[in-house]
Amino acid sequence: MIVKDVVCPFCGCLCDDIEVDVAENRVVAVTNACELGTKKLMGEKRMKNPILRDGDTWKDITYDEAIRYTVDMLTHAERPLLYGWSGTHGEAQCVGVHMAELVRGVIDNTSSVCHGPSILAIQEVGHPGCTLGVVKNRADLVIYWGANPIDAHPRHLSRYTRYADGFFLENAFRDRKVIVMDVRKTETANIADEFVQIKPGGDYAVLSALRAIVRGKEDIVPRTVAGVTREQLIRVVDLCKAAKFGAVYFGLGLTMTRGKYKNVRNAIELVSELNRHTKFTISAMRGHYNVYGSNEVNTWMTGYPFGIDFSRGIAFYNPGETTAVDILARKECDAALIVGSDPAAHFPRSCLKHLADIPVVQLDPYPNATTAFCNVQIPVAVTGIDAEGTAYRMDGVPIRTRKVLSTSYPSDEEVLSRIYREMQEAQAV
Amino acid sequence: MSEILIKNACVIDPLRGINAETMDIAIRDGRVVEEVSGAAEVIDAHGALTLPGGIDSHTHICGTKVNFGRYMSPEDMRAGRTPRRGPMHATSGYSVPTTYGNSYRYSAMGYTTLLEGAMAPLEARHTHEEFTYTPLQDTMANALFDGNWGIMEAIRDGDTKRVAAIIGWTLSAVKGFAVKLTNPGGTEAWQWGKNVSCIRDPVPYFEVTPAEIIRTVVEANELLHLPHSVHLHCNNLGTPGNYTCTLGSLGLIPDLNPKRQTLYATHVQFHAYGGSGWKDFCSKSEPIANFVNMRPQIVIDMGQVMFGRTTTMTADGPMEFNLHRLHHDKWSNHDVELETGSGIIPVVYRRKNLVNSVMWAIGLELALLTKSPWQCLLTTDNPNGAPFVRYPEIIALLMSKKYRDAEFATVHPDTSARAPLPAIERELDWYEIAVMTRAGQAKALGIQDLGKGYLGPGAEADVAVYPIHIDEVDPSTDYRKVIEAFGRTEYTIKRGRVVSRRGECLVDGSNATFWVKPKISDNYDMGKDPDFIEKFDRYYTVRMRNYPVQEEYVNRSRCIETEAEI
Ligand code: SF4
Repeated sequence: MIVKDVVCPFCGCLCDDIEVDVAENRVVAVTNACELGTKKLMGEKRMKNPILRDGDTWKDITYDEAIRYTVDMLTHAERPLLYGWSGTHGEAQCVGVHMAELVRGVIDNTSSVCHGPSILAIQEVGHPGCTLGVVKNRADLVIYWGANPIDAHPRHLSRYTRYADGFFLENAFRDRKVIVMDVRKTETANIADEFVQIKPGGDYAVLSALRAIVRGKEDIVPRTVAGVTREQLIRVVDLCKAAKFGAVYFGLGLTMTRGKYKNVRNAIELVSELNRHTKFTISAMRGHYNVYGSNEVNTWMTGYPFGIDFSRGIAFYNPGETTAVDILARKECDAALIVGSDPAAHFPRSCLKHLADIPVVQLDPYPNATTAFCNVQIPVAVTGIDAEGTAYRMDGVPIRTRKVLSTSYPSDEEVLSRIYREMQEAQAV
Repeated sequence: MSEILIKNACVIDPLRGINAETMDIAIRDGRVVEEVSGAAEVIDAHGALTLPGGIDSHTHICGTKVNFGRYMSPEDMRAGRTPRRGPMHATSGYSVPTTYGNSYRYSAMGYTTLLEGAMAPLEARHTHEEFTYTPLQDTMANALFDGNWGIMEAIRDGDTKRVAAIIGWTLSAVKGFAVKLTNPGGTEAWQWGKNVSCIRDPVPYFEVTPAEIIRTVVEANELLHLPHSVHLHCNNLGTPGNYTCTLGSLGLIPDLNPKRQTLYATHVQFHAYGGSGWKDFCSKSEPIANFVNMRPQIVIDMGQVMFGRTTTMTADGPMEFNLHRLHHDKWSNHDVELETGSGIIPVVYRRKNLVNSVMWAIGLELALLTKSPWQCLLTTDNPNGAPFVRYPEIIALLMSKKYRDAEFATVHPDTSARAPLPAIERELDWYEIAVMTRAGQAKALGIQDLGKGYLGPGAEADVAVYPIHIDEVDPSTDYRKVIEAFGRTEYTIKRGRVVSRRGECLVDGSNATFWVKPKISDNYDMGKDPDFIEKFDRYYTVRMRNYPVQEEYVNRSRCIETEAEI
């Protein structure tokens, strides 16, 4: 059976035109998705049931036992951390916020280690953006800055930019220019009309130089800036000003390099400046398929996109203090619930050391690096494969993922709702 | 079966012509009934002012841009934090509170029904998700059609029925309640960094004018027999001299519906400006109000500005960019493919600022100069003019010349030369306030047939009991008491349950969402129209099948089916 218009649950592009061939309740073929998406939709070997660490080995337990363990762990913890949330659906994220509030815990999502700096920059200067379709239909200039979509968001180019024809661009490949700004010549750089190679750590200086040129102050720009010649910078500005609609997409190459959120702030201000000459927008290339959704959910429920601390009963937010890495590094938290992410693969060693010392429960369909640090792992349905739910694309467009298989795995929302209900009952006693 | 008897209530119920009669209100299973059994829970109102639950026919509480207003403003979130308490969740925010913050604060003020003023259809799912977390009010949303490509093409082709068909299909798909036009044509022009200056400028590429969009969509709205009229945010918002544009727009509107207005013009304060620039900026509330007085087919809302800090947010993207250039504060923008856009910036309205002072005066003038309270409803375009928690002060300003004069003495001294407010003697009475905050709003939204906005048998039991005895209080002098009373009800009852008592919310709520589904003939079903489908697939980045908002998102769905004439 072919299921059409399936939503890919892998990256922030959230492509929703996938065709999945299902036979005997297994995905046997996937069309339209990129390699990353295909791999996810085809699935890997799944855990059969929850497991509990038992000395050096694991022992199988039931869902009831796993849920009871989690309820006990969270209700007895003084400063629990509820982390992850990017790889799950919005409905589960909502339950997560209620849980954190109830146990006066800290809830944080993976954006604190990816686009957290972008959010801080937006909180200072705002965010002139648009949906992906606006770019597809209008943009005659696209800039990728510190991002390599060919690797991380393979269909971004074909669905929205380089190869995507639109209403006002009948031949995108011919009529749309692509500029890549990066420290190394990536595969994406190879297909760009203009590649600007910046010396590592030089983004901020290059952005400042571009802003100066946009303002007509090109004579104060040195001959080279972070390895880029003034001529090339002027050429870039000329291309921007000549464009009818320009779009900047930036990735971790801008947010996680020297300057961090200041880089993003400078980029946003460059875009604001360009809006005085033509139309320009800027957007973050979000990684996980629903990392943006977890920012959205947290925001409407608590007022803040990530790193929220309920220990005082109110929602308190101070990134750098209330974010997962900091709380682990300071050895503050005494229990952790990990949902839809793999911190062990990304966090600094000092954090992992602490994670190994405290009880940890992970909700994830598959074993991953974090499994090694867990006391209990609860396998769940994969949103977009055997569970449905809401996800927010990188541009803020919410889409309901589809369920293509039926399995007996409970969804994240189901497991979390049970934990939440039992925690409420435990508290009422 | 649950029963409540509210005894000794001093009821003002304008939809039934009841003005301050002491009576009992019997409630069974969420509805007002003739009488209840002896087992009913009795609430003694002790003669306190009792009104139908408040209705806000234009507010921004849920959805993409509201949430972005929160996202970009941790400083605003810090300004209004409350802890988790009983069934109440923690809240944050002052001008853009969290969904729970909005819901609890509106409930404390006796509000039970809210209309989100602007929802981009493509992102409608988000609005509905937030509605689910706004537990104490019934909700509904206007869907934006101002820059809709399909509609502009149909207008260019002179095909009003197709315009209606696209609106009908979209409203059903996104579970919207009514049609919103925000700066019609201007939001599309803004996707090229441009704008339209008034109603005769053609929209780039589409070559239709805002006047054509307004007129055709108004006609299409009536072909669909929608409960509410078109909800218009005029072109040229916030610009000196824009009142002529506003008058031109209002002048386009025929009288098409005997039951309600044909056009709802929103936040008219922002559209009633005279002068040729900021230097000679002045109020033009008089010509606007005079015009409205002669046109029963038009209802406006105030869009009152109150001094202090707030966040502005609107689908009017170009206007927000202009404001950003004026204020140099942070700016967010969000264009939505094929449909609309939006912008957000924080602002502070200052008494010392002449322009802000005149703006403050204009809102009040509109309410005082419009003869019928049914034609001018009380709003701040929350949070654009001010956060809704300022409503009690606005009520008091409208009821007390003394309060207005006291406030006027604190604003920019040149205001009196620019605005007629000091010369206006009118003081609104309790009945008129009840019209402007519930009965009139219900009528304008066309939801009285659904049991909203009145307290007679059959009505939904949405009731607000305010701690004030109107025979003992003279609002023109005791305006402080008025502010206090409207700030916090004694009881707020939502669909027959006491949801809030003296500002404390008691239950987790069970709100409903109202949306419309016009019944359209097969010939005009856009879901089967080859041209519509082809364009959708080519230019949207979401598949047509993934676009409609699934029923799962609509909390206690209340679908209003209409018989369309197409
Ligand atoms: S680009 Fe991203 S969303 Fe699209 S198919 Fe590939 S992994 Fe999935």
